Amino acid sequence: MPDSHPSATKAAAAQRVLGLGVFSPSFRGRDPFLRARPGTTGGAGRGPSAAAKMAAPLVLVLLVAVTVRAVLYRSSLAALISDRVEVASPLNAWKRVVEGLALLDLGVSPYSGDVFHETPLIIYLFHFLVDYAELVFMITDILTAVALYLAIQDYNKVLFKKQKLLIELNKYAPDATELIQTPMEMYYIPLKVALFYLLNPYTVMSCVAKSTCAINNAVIAFFILATIKGSAFLSAIFLAVATYQSLYPLTLFAPALLYLLQRQFIPVKIKNKDFWLYTMQYTGLYLGSLIVIICLSFFLLNSWDFIPSVYGFILSVPDLTPNVGLFWYFFAEMFEHFSLFFVCVFQINVFFYTIPLAVKLKEHPMFFMFVQLAIISIFKSYPTVGDIALYMAFLPLWSHLYQFLRNVFILSCVLIVCSLLFPVLWHLWIYAGSANSNFYYAITLTFNVGQILLISDYFYAYLQREYYLTHGIFLIRKDRTDPMLVLK
Amino acid sequence: MPVAWLEKTMWNLGLEVYKQTFSRTLPFPDELRERYMVKGTNVYGILRAPRGASTESLVLSVPCSPGQQNNQAVGLMLALASYFRGQIYWAKDIIFLVNEHDLIGMEAWLEAYHDVNVTELHSSGMLGRAGAIQAALSLELSSDVITSFDVALEGLNGQLPNLDLVNLFYSFCQKNNLLCTIQGKLQRSDWDSLPAYLHSLQTLLLMVLKQGSGRPQGDHGLFLRYHIEAITLRGINSFRQYKFDMSTMGATLEGMFRKLNNLLERLHQSYFFYLLPSLSRFVSIGVYMPAFGFLILILVLKALDLWMKLSQCDTEADGQACDGEQSPRMVATEEPKPSLLALVPPLLICQATGLALYFVPILGQEMATQHFPVSESEAVVLTAIAIYVGGLALPHNTHRVLMGSGGDRGWMTLKLVALLYLAMQLGCIALVNFSLGFLLAVTLVPVAAIVQPTGPKYLYAVLLVLVTPAATLLFCLFLHGELLEYPISLLEGWQRFLQAIAEGLLDHHLYGSVVFPFVAIFVYPCWLLLWNVLFWK
Repeated sequence: MPDSHPSATKAAAAQRVLGLGVFSPSFRGRDPFLRARPGTTGGAGRGPSAAAKMAAPLVLVLLVAVTVRAVLYRSSLAALISDRVEVASPLNAWKRVVEGLALLDLGVSPYSGDVFHETPLIIYLFHFLVDYAELVFMITDILTAVALYLAIQDYNKVLFKKQKLLIELNKYAPDATELIQTPMEMYYIPLKVALFYLLNPYTVMSCVAKSTCAINNAVIAFFILATIKGSAFLSAIFLAVATYQSLYPLTLFAPALLYLLQRQFIPVKIKNKDFWLYTMQYTGLYLGSLIVIICLSFFLLNSWDFIPSVYGFILSVPDLTPNVGLFWYFFAEMFEHFSLFFVCVFQINVFFYTIPLAVKLKEHPMFFMFVQLAIISIFKSYPTVGDIALYMAFLPLWSHLYQFLRNVFILSCVLIVCSLLFPVLWHLWIYAGSANSNFYYAITLTFNVGQILLISDYFYAYLQREYYLTHGIFLIRKDRTDPMLVLK
Repeated sequence: MPVAWLEKTMWNLGLEVYKQTFSRTLPFPDELRERYMVKGTNVYGILRAPRGASTESLVLSVPCSPGQQNNQAVGLMLALASYFRGQIYWAKDIIFLVNEHDLIGMEAWLEAYHDVNVTELHSSGMLGRAGAIQAALSLELSSDVITSFDVALEGLNGQLPNLDLVNLFYSFCQKNNLLCTIQGKLQRSDWDSLPAYLHSLQTLLLMVLKQGSGRPQGDHGLFLRYHIEAITLRGINSFRQYKFDMSTMGATLEGMFRKLNNLLERLHQSYFFYLLPSLSRFVSIGVYMPAFGFLILILVLKALDLWMKLSQCDTEADGQACDGEQSPRMVATEEPKPSLLALVPPLLICQATGLALYFVPILGQEMATQHFPVSESEAVVLTAIAIYVGGLALPHNTHRVLMGSGGDRGWMTLKLVALLYLAMQLGCIALVNFSLGFLLAVTLVPVAAIVQPTGPKYLYAVLLVLVTPAATLLFCLFLHGELLEYPISLLEGWQRFLQAIAEGLLDHHLYGSVVFPFVAIFVYPCWLLLWNVLFWK
């Protein structure tokens, strides 16, 4: 009897949940491990002892990461890595920072040439810290990882509470219990996130090349931390700093606002007065701090030169040095008089997805944040591998989607192969002269398509899981055949 | 080398003459060529073009070394220089270069000319320059009459010159009725009979072996790195009746230079990736790459297979509900999900062995000579072999210490990693040096695909040892002997093997050849991973 099996399981699962009633005991019963660790079973997550237990591996990871970076700084690979176009873009190359500092010391505006495109705050930061640059970049990476760690820890607590609430309200389908994340599964996620960020070869290379992308990542990580902690004030400030640094984080405004609203239990409805009030507040804070920072920059250099030189440079893409992005080849090939139109098209691409995603992922702002970060790092005008490392750090957070992912094996192979082929094809093109730019661009294209497919795979997996959670796993059509889930 | 005489003679011919001194201490003594601390001088004369602005130039280079070998080339070059001086049609400067200590001198000159320092050569700066070098010919001549010209193409890391340059020379030789060979093999007049195919195959295999070695097969080989198309022309004097004298050779070279002089831009159309079964036929990248792709596909498919099996294990371990017939086949392990951490020690140990193989022979040579009665170069080679063999005994017990007896999942995951790793590195190297990638792929791929800890273990072990890169090298040396119709004995083979390792190391340190580091740091650890898989239980 083909249909007896699912329905029997369904009945059993329903009994399990309904009979036990409360969420946590059912999991205590299911997982013998949890009883051994009282710190992890409490509804709110972990007590201080658990936090201390987790701190040790985190410190270990930090030590390993620092060692790897310190060794690489001292090796001959450092010079090689910092010249790689995949690691250092015209926006964040260390060479250009040094050039800008030299110009500043000479009393010339650093923006007078076409070399320096950092923001004034960065140049003043390194004006004082240039001798300790290696240290600064190592600390930046560590701060990013710790911020992500704390943020994810907090997010897991919130998620746990939310799950509990939904179970008590009977929002989940009775047979979907196995899809619910257990605290046991969530226990190592913050550590894995920190590990993924710190030991990702992309991050390591970016740090060794002293690409200022690491600083942008740190600001974004702090922004995420502040958002998850529910501090609208800090969140707005960090978002303003991130926007000021690289413009594109502007689109993170939407997920952050959604998250904060959700945390305040304010429903997102047009007619709701609280919603508008809160949105206005947050927007005001954000714009206010943005204006303050920009004015500060103006007073530092006493000129508005940095606006065209930083934001104009980002938006109009005049520098077509090859990189891992999609812009350079396209605009190198294009006739000049079309380029304005296509620059607009390409740039809109980054901002375009925010609205549909905001509608679709209204209830899941954290996932929205992740997708938005990925979109920025794929479609921005001067992407580097450091940007990619930031969103890849979030992949362990979605490890519960693993069973719904379709192509993750092939896609990860594609991404790794492309990363390896970048230097090889660059060598063939630039040094050996036997290949040409098409080879390199083909790999860039494959790399980005791989990333896009990976993100959409995660996106569909997320939606699929949410669907199953509310509708149950064992769906049966009216004609008793296995159903196909079509996502719209 | 008679530097002063050369300078004077070139000066008298009306060239701008410069010299460049260089010195280089080898990482260890080169016993084959008997050199350790190399000091030398390159002399070159520039013929300024009457019709150009000195923005482009051509090079005729001639290696000069003491002894009988290659003793006629300088004379021909000087004669050509004196003739070229009288002509008015030159639009590109022509550099006549006499380089000492063959490749080392060439590298020193090229580095100084382009004002870079990629190896650790010390050389005096360069005073005279002509324009950007468009093409170069290197001439080697050991007798005053020749029967044919042999064209050497393979450069550093298997780089090849533009096929147009080769075609140009070949068709010009045909026009002058000059015999022209490649790999020392004359093209047969028929081409569609079986012996002719075999002949072409021999030529092709010789090319693959030479390219795969990553060594420059002549002084031209170093030009290619600087984006300069170049070939080496080697005068051959065999027992053939009909010989050509110096004037024919000179006319041929003059013709080549006039053709290159007329070029409006660099040679850039045509092919850079090709294999030559004969001078008039070539195999293009579009033909040979798919074949290689299929070889790699074996690894990818096998990896996919393992991945499917692993994820099947996953679901079966998770949902215990599935019927009992399947479970005995999938051996249930004590831990249903051994963490990926168990894979870290073997990976780290294998990589560390590879790094040791790369660094220790050179760094440890002093210690080795103090403790053992061997010369430095022997010490280096023997240390390398010792580490290579020692690596086989090292890593394959760690997981047992860590997690008891390894389950099926353990080796499957390790093999999955090893297969993907191998596929990636073979794919990358095949783009840079196809022949090397092909030689490694043909040997490694089938065995890598079948090896597993169950089944006929000793057969697998023997097969795996037979396809280790070192065994491949030995096999290639014998094959090379066979193809040249000069078979070598076992003892000779062993000596050549030692020599080949020493030269591989020297090539890497002197010119930056990637073959040795690639094998030591990437292929060998990957092979060790497979070895590890075999002895997992």
